[in-house]
Order: sequence, then C-alpha cells, then structure tokens
Amino acid sequence: MTDTVLRVENLFKSFGALRATNDVSLDLRAGEIHALIGPNGAGKSTLIQQITGHLASDSGRVFLMEEDLAGIGPAGRARRGLGRTFQISSLAMEHTVLQNAVLGALGRRGHAMSFFKPVMKDVALLEAAHSALDQVGLAQHGAVRTADLSHGQRRQLEVAVALTLRPKVFLMDEPMAGLGLEGAQQMIGLLTELRNSAPILLIEHDMDAVFALADRISVLVYGEVIATGTPDEIRVNPEIRRAYLGDDVPL
Amino acid sequence: MSRETYLNIATLAVLAGVPLWAWMADEPFTITLATRAVIFALAGVGLNLALGLGGLVSLGHAAFFGIGGYAMGILASHAQSYTPLIEVPFVIEGTKSMIVIWLVAILASALAALAIGVLSLRTSGVYFIMITLAFGQMIYYFAISWPAYGGEDGLSIYLRNDFPGVNTLMPMQFFGLCFAILCLVLVGMNLLQKSAFGLALSAARQNETRVLSVGMEPYKLRLVAFVISGAITGLAGALFADLNRFVSPTMLSWQMSGEIMIFIIIGGVGRLFGPVIGAMIFILLEHVLGGLSEFWHVYLGALLLGIVLFAKGGVIGALAGREKAHD
Repeated sequence: MTDTVLRVENLFKSFGALRATNDVSLDLRAGEIHALIGPNGAGKSTLIQQITGHLASDSGRVFLMEEDLAGIGPAGRARRGLGRTFQISSLAMEHTVLQNAVLGALGRRGHAMSFFKPVMKDVALLEAAHSALDQVGLAQHGAVRTADLSHGQRRQLEVAVALTLRPKVFLMDEPMAGLGLEGAQQMIGLLTELRNSAPILLIEHDMDAVFALADRISVLVYGEVIATGTPDEIRVNPEIRRAYLGDDVPL
Repeated sequence: MSRETYLNIATLAVLAGVPLWAWMADEPFTITLATRAVIFALAGVGLNLALGLGGLVSLGHAAFFGIGGYAMGILASHAQSYTPLIEVPFVIEGTKSMIVIWLVAILASALAALAIGVLSLRTSGVYFIMITLAFGQMIYYFAISWPAYGGEDGLSIYLRNDFPGVNTLMPMQFFGLCFAILCLVLVGMNLLQKSAFGLALSAARQNETRVLSVGMEPYKLRLVAFVISGAITGLAGALFADLNRFVSPTMLSWQMSGEIMIFIIIGGVGRLFGPVIGAMIFILLEHVLGGLSEFWHVYLGALLLGIVLFAKGGVIGALAGREKAHD
C-alpha cells in the first residue's frame, strides 16, 4: 500500500519457553492512529521494543517507509524517524525540562559532537524545544528539574521529546498510564493534534481513549494478533469481547 | 553569581596565593607542593570528565598519567644523551621542548585511551572498573619490564625541560606554567560541560535508553569523553614527570588511579572544581599528617568515609549545595 508508513512482518520473540510475540504482522498508515490493545503480558511492549530495535527479534522484519530496518540499532531507527514514548517515563531526571527537549532536538540534528558552543544558547535547538514544550503544555516548566515534575507532566515531556525529533511515526506505550481524568483528556487532545504530523501506533489500556482516538485497532493476545479492524468492528467481535474487552465496552 | 562560583574563585585565589606568599617568604618547597597540587588537580579534571560527566568509573587512569610521564622521560632522556629515539626508517631525535613533549604526551595518552576505551566501553558497571584496572596493570608491568627506560628503577632527567621565555628551573615560574595550563583546561571543561556534547554525555550517564531513543549513540559519546579524559590526564603526567625530573612505574600503578579518583570524591564528583579542591586537600593532608605519622592514610580514609557518608557531592556539595543543571 502506498500510504503505509510502518510495516511489521512476521515478528517473533521468545524469552525461554515464553513466546512474547508470535508471528505479529501489522501496518501503520499515514494520518491514522492505530491502537494496539490486549491484556497485560500480551506482548504489546515487547512488540514496541522490537520495532524500535531496543530488543532484537528472533525473526521477522520491520519496514519504515519501505526501508528494511534489519541490522539498524535503536539510535539509527530513531534517526530514521521512529519517535517513541515509554511505558515508564524514561528521561534524564537531573536535567531540566528544557534540557530534555533540547536533547531531543539535538537527536534530530543527528550529532552532539560540538564541544565549545553553549547548547542552551543554540537558537535553532531552543526554538524546536520550546515549540514542542508549548505544544504539550509544558512551556511554563522549562526551568524545572525533570525529577521534580509530576507523573502527568513527565508523560507530557516524553511526548515533547518525541516531538522534537519530528518523527515519521510515533510509537506510544501507554501515554495515559497513571494519569487522572483531566490528564487523560489533555493527552487525548494532544494525540488528536499529533496525528496530523505523524501516524501513531498507540498502546493503551484506557478503552474510552482507545475507542475515541483510534482509526484501527489490533488486538494482541498471548503474543498473537487475533484481530485488526475499525473500532466498530472490534467492539462487536465476540471473540475479542470474550478474550479481552468483556462487558466494559458497550456494544 | 552562585555560591559555587564564589567557592571556585576562592579556590583559585588560594591555589595561586599560597605559592605567591611562599615565593616572597623564600619557601620553595611550598611552591613545589602547590605545583604538585595543580598537576594532580589537572589529572583529576581529566578523570572527572569520564567519571563525573560520563559516569565511567575508570580505575585505570594512572595508565594515561604514566604514559604522559614516560613521553616526557623518553623524549628528554634521548635529548640529554644525544641519541636518537629511532634511526630506521627515519631519524627521530629526543627533545627538551616542553611544547613538543606535551603534544606527544597528549597524543600518546589519547591513543592509549582510544584503544582501551574501544574495548572497555563495551562493558559497564563493575566490569568496566575491572577491565580498566586490568589495562592499567598491563601497562604498569610492561614499564617494569622495560629495561631500556629504567625498568623498575625509573628514569631520571638532569634538567627540567624548556619552555620559551620561562626559566622552568625556578619553582615559581614552573608553577605559573602549570597553573596557567590548569586554568586553560578548566575554562575548556566549563565550556564542554555546557556544550551539546556535555548535555548528551551527561544524559547518557543518567539514562542510556533515553539517549538511544533520540538517535544518539552513548558508546560514541563515552568513547570521545574517555579519549579527551585520557589526554588531559596524560598532559598532567608529563608535567608531573617534569616537576620531579623523574618518571617511574609508580606513576602507572593502580594506587595512582585510586588517588586521582580520591581527589574527585573529596572535592565533588562531576563538579568543575571538585578535583582542584580535592587535590589541594590531599596535598595538605599528605604534608601535614605525613609529617606526624607515616600512617597518615588512615586519616585520609576517615575523611573519605566522612565525605561519602555525610557530604554527598564532596566538599563543594557540602559548601555550595546540590549541583544546578547547566544553562
């Protein structure tokens, strides 16, 4: 398909006897939010780690804009356009919020081998960082030490750092985990905006958010994709209701 | 200005003021002690880049200190005996020029750091500590068993090497030279800490996964830091050998690596002036307590324990508080 941005083909990953991902294939198309849902331990985060290269796959292939990413490590994949957020916030905690955003902008530039020019006076980097912080609602918190941020603000900063990379694809691992109602609503608004800049592969347990946001949903159970479809198709699929959704999601 | 900046200025003032007073009071030994502190501080500033900013606990930095020392010893010994260093395929003479010796020391220690770093940085944590220690010990035993340059007995140089416009045999002038180099390196290190490289290196220390996720390779950042760190420590080694007009395998020993690390821990890991304050305190203790008892290291150990247990961030941390993120 011409509008496919990310394609995953037959990914496998085992940890000893446990098969975490089992022949997983899916694609992400331009402008869409593709949600990946499934019970805890289904292999969702493992799949994201395989796509980003943080975890080596046993077999299978990942294509970004038709480029085979085999043999390319996580840094190379990020440089090619895979922007991600983590299930548990993964930031440089001693740095300020602005410094974390500038770090992302530096990544976008492709190298950090500049030794004497003050990085926090680099106008181009600062513009990119401020713009991303502004977009996620952290513009007023640039000078705050990241360790002093609330949980929700750290989730926002993760998104901001991914934004500074101007990625071709966003891979978001439970961006709403631990957020209150207000925080989740803000994040839904943010993701709705972000889909215009790059498609999003979204792992999320908040079914209200998933069904409000997603154009397509894939359901992963025991490492296997058991169904892919529109929210309406997934909602009424009896196998998925039995395996995962139960009666929480109204028909 | 922050409290830490005031403290840094006061440190430099004391470091420059004491030998100035000693010069006026005709106390050349005190000037030599201050020069020793300056050189140790320089070695510490080198290690602090790897340890403080990069989080690389290298127990092999004496290798670079010693390589710098031997660069001076070998070049100067050939110059004083009027024998060429090599004759085939082309003749390379020894030299008494400090500038040439420093360049060779920097280059040799940087190359050694590159070779050691390429292998060591594939490991982390306790394995990194052990592998750097192992490389250091390899070079130490090589120097011991190298009779051409004195083996275990080391290598003596009759006269201090030359620097244009400076009488290096005058303690105060040699101190001034070393002090100027330390100040230059501190300025460079201050810029480096605030640079893109400094930001990325420090982020890699805090969270390697984060750095990978924004498209940068922590391994490359650490390797470059390790090479620069080794080069600075190598330069300090060349100066130390010139100060003593003597170089021996002791400069390469693991105790030396430990001492350089102790300067940093006493002063404050990752703080610009941490190794400077640490080296000054170390020299002071060595001189004062060493005069009272040959077991003065016991008191040094107690001080270290106190700092590690009660003063997180070393002396600078205790006096100036937690480090602020560089802006």
